[in-house]
Formats: sequence, structure tokens, C-alpha cells
Amino acid sequence: MSDLISGITAHYNYWIYVILMMIGLYAMIAKNNLVKKIIGMNVFQTAIILFYVSIGAKKGATIPIIHHGHGDAGASSIVQAMDYINPLPHVLMLTAIVVSVSTLGVALALGIRLYDRYETLEEDEILARLREK
Amino acid sequence: MTDHFPALLVTVPLLCGLVIAILGWLNRKLCFPVAVGALAVSLISAAGILARVLEENVILYRLGGWDPPWGIAYRVDHLNALVLVVVSVSALLNLMATRRSVQEAFQEKLGAFYCLYVLMVTGLLGIVVTGDAFNLYVLLEITALTGYGLIAMGDDRAPLASLNYLYLGTIGACFYLLGIGYLYIATGSLNMADIAAILPNLYGSKVILGAFVLCMVGLWLKMAFFPLHVWLPNAYTHAHAAVSSLVAPLVTKVMIYVMIRLMLTVFTAHYTFEVLSLSGPVVWLSTIGIFSGAILALAAKGFKRMLTYVIVSEVGYMVGGAWLGNEAGMTGAILHIANDALMTLCLFLAAGNIVYRQKGHQYQDLKGLFRKMPLTMMGFMVGGLAIIGVPPTCGFFSKWYLLSGGIEAGHYGFVTALIFSSLVNVILVFRVVETAYYPSSGNHGGHHREAPALEEAPLHMVAPLLLVAAGLVVVGLYTGDLVTRIIQPILETMAVY
Repeated sequence: MSDLISGITAHYNYWIYVILMMIGLYAMIAKNNLVKKIIGMNVFQTAIILFYVSIGAKKGATIPIIHHGHGDAGASSIVQAMDYINPLPHVLMLTAIVVSVSTLGVALALGIRLYDRYETLEEDEILARLREK
Repeated sequence: MTDHFPALLVTVPLLCGLVIAILGWLNRKLCFPVAVGALAVSLISAAGILARVLEENVILYRLGGWDPPWGIAYRVDHLNALVLVVVSVSALLNLMATRRSVQEAFQEKLGAFYCLYVLMVTGLLGIVVTGDAFNLYVLLEITALTGYGLIAMGDDRAPLASLNYLYLGTIGACFYLLGIGYLYIATGSLNMADIAAILPNLYGSKVILGAFVLCMVGLWLKMAFFPLHVWLPNAYTHAHAAVSSLVAPLVTKVMIYVMIRLMLTVFTAHYTFEVLSLSGPVVWLSTIGIFSGAILALAAKGFKRMLTYVIVSEVGYMVGGAWLGNEAGMTGAILHIANDALMTLCLFLAAGNIVYRQKGHQYQDLKGLFRKMPLTMMGFMVGGLAIIGVPPTCGFFSKWYLLSGGIEAGHYGFVTALIFSSLVNVILVFRVVETAYYPSSGNHGGHHREAPALEEAPLHMVAPLLLVAAGLVVVGLYTGDLVTRIIQPILETMAVY
């Protein structure tokens, strides 16, 4: 039991992202309202962004900007990689955020088109309208 | 100039996409010529790359002069070069063939349509040419986002179909991104060649297994591999004809390319087939996929919907062939990427012409079409024969390699599925032919029968279709060259078997 707890607390960032992902997936599958589904999709994407950001972190490290790094003083001092967090996953996530925002935009635009046509955002009502035709 | 082909291939259509968006407001007539110009540059670059690859084997292009693994590198070998040519040829032919129907359908949205079209092709070409796993994710999403937009421009039901595609496509891309994340944790690199060099010491690791499974599931969702295919039939049926003949041949095939690239280059064949013992279950899954695709195609209402289910079973062919784990199976799968892209293009172009004239994609819209649109129906026939696998069309040869791969691996379930689906394709194609052969019976309301007048689609719609149909036979006849000069080197350089 204590193994389990220490396993969870040591890797809590992974557990949080998995739980968030499952919440998002649940909303996408189980919710009937299109906007709720789209929110679920966004939670799902954000969970993965959180995962990436958390793997760049290090204990006791600081942001990757070299202190007093200008001129001769910067060149002479030795840079220890351990002192800085890994910036690459964060930079990757800037791109992923852009992707997720544009996906959200496209999804909401489609939602607006569906609302204009069927005057409802409930999926079962839209499907019922489609079957009538 | 020729040194920069890999960059021109992607940047020219990317920039032209933006130019087209602006031209959409200024002068709509210029949108089409600019789009043709952009894709023509891509086609020339792709052909130039293929010619260079045949001499030099591998081209490495450093974007901005940064060396890999720090910078993004484009790495082109025989596999990319082949798929690049297929993508650019199909995209350009489809663009030319659908000019009239697009003009009539989208009028004031012409700029938006051609912008999305060219950006989508940019994304597809980028996916194929890149040697960086994260760059691939971004291009995957560019392709997907433009695809959602294009599909939503279709008929009444298109927005809902597109939204469902968006949910599942996003989940697929997220799984791929997660898989790349785990690979990055384990190796600290995003460059495919670099990851492949670091991985052998980590083959036992569960992190790598997780990364592999996540990437595969993500790609299967994107390529509509059974049972993850649910988004495809609706999205492709309700899209505009010009869009379905762009996405149907290319998107699923490019995803299969990515799967093979990950299996052979990133994780290497040794890991995929020997360290993991997933080969059997995946081939069984694809067997079930082929059967279900065939049966669902039989049950489908409307011939365009039927064609979308044929794609589902064709995806099963390629995934199964690639996972058989022998040379013949892999040859069949790679050959089928090229062949299936052309066959699907042929069938969907013909379907597009029929929809253009008949304004519908149900079976009853086909009545009497052999008299009304003889050339279109001829194109459809050739495409149909290729999808059945009748020699000398190219469909026969790739199916032959797949079958012999299945027999070599002793996987008779897969062999049975291939033969079953070919037989079902016979029924599907000849049902269309039969309906189209007999004129619509006008006796119901007491009218007397009259033969439908000859009303072929315009020449610039029929000519590309017939060109593709002829291409099916030509590619079939040159299969030997294709296999020895392009596909054998792929299998050799990756030290597969």
C-alpha cells in the first residue's frame, strides 16, 4: 500500500495528466451537448500540454536564461545544465497550443453552423432532425 | 536550385496558399491559376527529388543550415520520394479535373476553397518529406484542420460529419503527440534518424513500448483502420466531390506511409517484428477490418458511400501487409500505397463527374449512364477492375505481393480476407455497371421509354479521369521496374530482413 502511495506521489504529474485526459475523453463520449463535447476535447489536448511542460521541470533549477551571460563574463563562466530547466518541451508546447486553439476555433465554427441550421446544440435533437428528412 | 527542391516542395504551396486567400478578395479569377502553379512547382520538385534519390539514395536537407538533431532536417529516401510523387500528381490532377464544379459550387468562397486545398497539399507533402517527429505532428494537424474545413463545405450533413471527424482526428493526433513525448523522455531527441540510433539500447524499456503503441493507435485513428473508421464514411460521403477526390486517395495513404516510416526507420524492423510480438494480433485485426469493410460496402446505400467503405477495407490490406513481417508483404503494402491512391482517385473522379451531371450519389442516379456518360463510365470501369485486381491493372500486382506475403507468413486468415474482399469488389463494381447499363425505366407513369441523350461531363473533367485510368494500366505494366528500382532499395537500406 505504501508502495502504491509513494508510486503515485513520485509521479504525480503523470497521474494528473492521465486523470485530466480521461475527464476530457469522458466528456467527448458521454455528453450530449456539442459545446460540452468541444470543451472535453480541449481538456484532452490541454492534459497533453501539461504532460510535456511537466517533463521539462527539474528540482532546484531555474529558467534557462544564463545569468550575467553577456560579454566576457558570460563566456568565461561554466554553464551547468543541471541548474536550468529543459526549455525544449515548453517551446514545443507553444506550437501545440497554437494547434489546439485553431482546432477549438474550427470546432466552434462548425458548432455555430450546426446551430444556425438546426437551432439546437443537443446532438440527439440534431440526429432526430436528420432522420426526419 | 535543384539542391533546394525539398524546401521548395513545401514552401511554395504554403506561401501560395496565403496569396490565394488574399486574391479571394481582390480577383477571384486568379485563385485557380495560382493554385495550379503552386502544385506544379511541387510536382516538379517531387519529380526532381525522385530522380536525385534514384542516383544518390538519400538526400539530407538542413532547413536554415542547422545540423540535425538540433535543427529540423528533411530526409528523403526511396520511400518518401515515391509517396511525394504520388501525392503531388494526384493533387494536381484532381485540382485540374474539378475546376468547373468547384467554380459553380463555391463562387464567392473560391479563395477560401483553393487556399485550404493548397494548404492541405502542403501539409501532406510536409508529412512525407520531414525527418523530424514533432514537425510531422504539426503538419499532421495542418492537414487535418484544412481537411475539416474542406469537408464542412459539402452538403447539408457535412458540418456534423466534419465535427465528428474533428473529435476523432484530434484524439488521434493527441495520441501520436503523447507517443512522441514518451520517445522524447526516453531518448532526448525528436529527429527520426537520431531516435533510431539511440533506441537499440532501450528496446526492453516499457516507455518505448508505450510510445510505440500510442503512436500506432493515433495513426490508426487517423487512417480509419477498422474499428477506428467510424468517422470516415460520413465525412467522405457528404463532402463536395472535389474534396472527396482529394482526401480519399491521399490522407489515408499518407498516414499508412507514416506508420511504415515509424515501423521501419524509427523503431526499426527488428524491434517491430522480433522484440514485440504484436504482429499476429494486428494482422488479425486487419483481417477483420477487410471483412467488415467489404460487408459494410455491400450494405451501403448509394455508390459514393459504398466507395468510402471500400477505402476502409483497402486500409486493412495495407496495414495487414505491412505487419506480416516479411519482404513480400511489405513490398505489397508500399506498392499498394501508390496503386491505391491512383485507383481511389480514378473512382472518386468518376463519381465526381457523375455527381456533377446527376446531382446525386444514390444508385438510382446511375441509371442509363453508359449511354449518357460513356467516357466517365469507362473510367469508372477501369478503376473498378483495378480495385478488384484484374491484370494488367496495377491493383492485381500489389494484391499478388500481399497474397504471397500472407502465404509465406502462413497467415491464411489474411489470405482468405483478401480473396473475399476481391470477390465482394466484383459484386460492388458490377452492380454499378449493371445499373448504369440499363436506361431508367420510364414505364411507371405511363411515359414511353426514351434513350437518355448523350450528356458527357465537360472535356476538362473527363480528360484527367481517362489519364488516371490509363495510368492504372501503365503503372501495372511497369510494376517490375517500380519494385526493383524503388521498393527493393527501401527494404535493403532499412536492413529489414
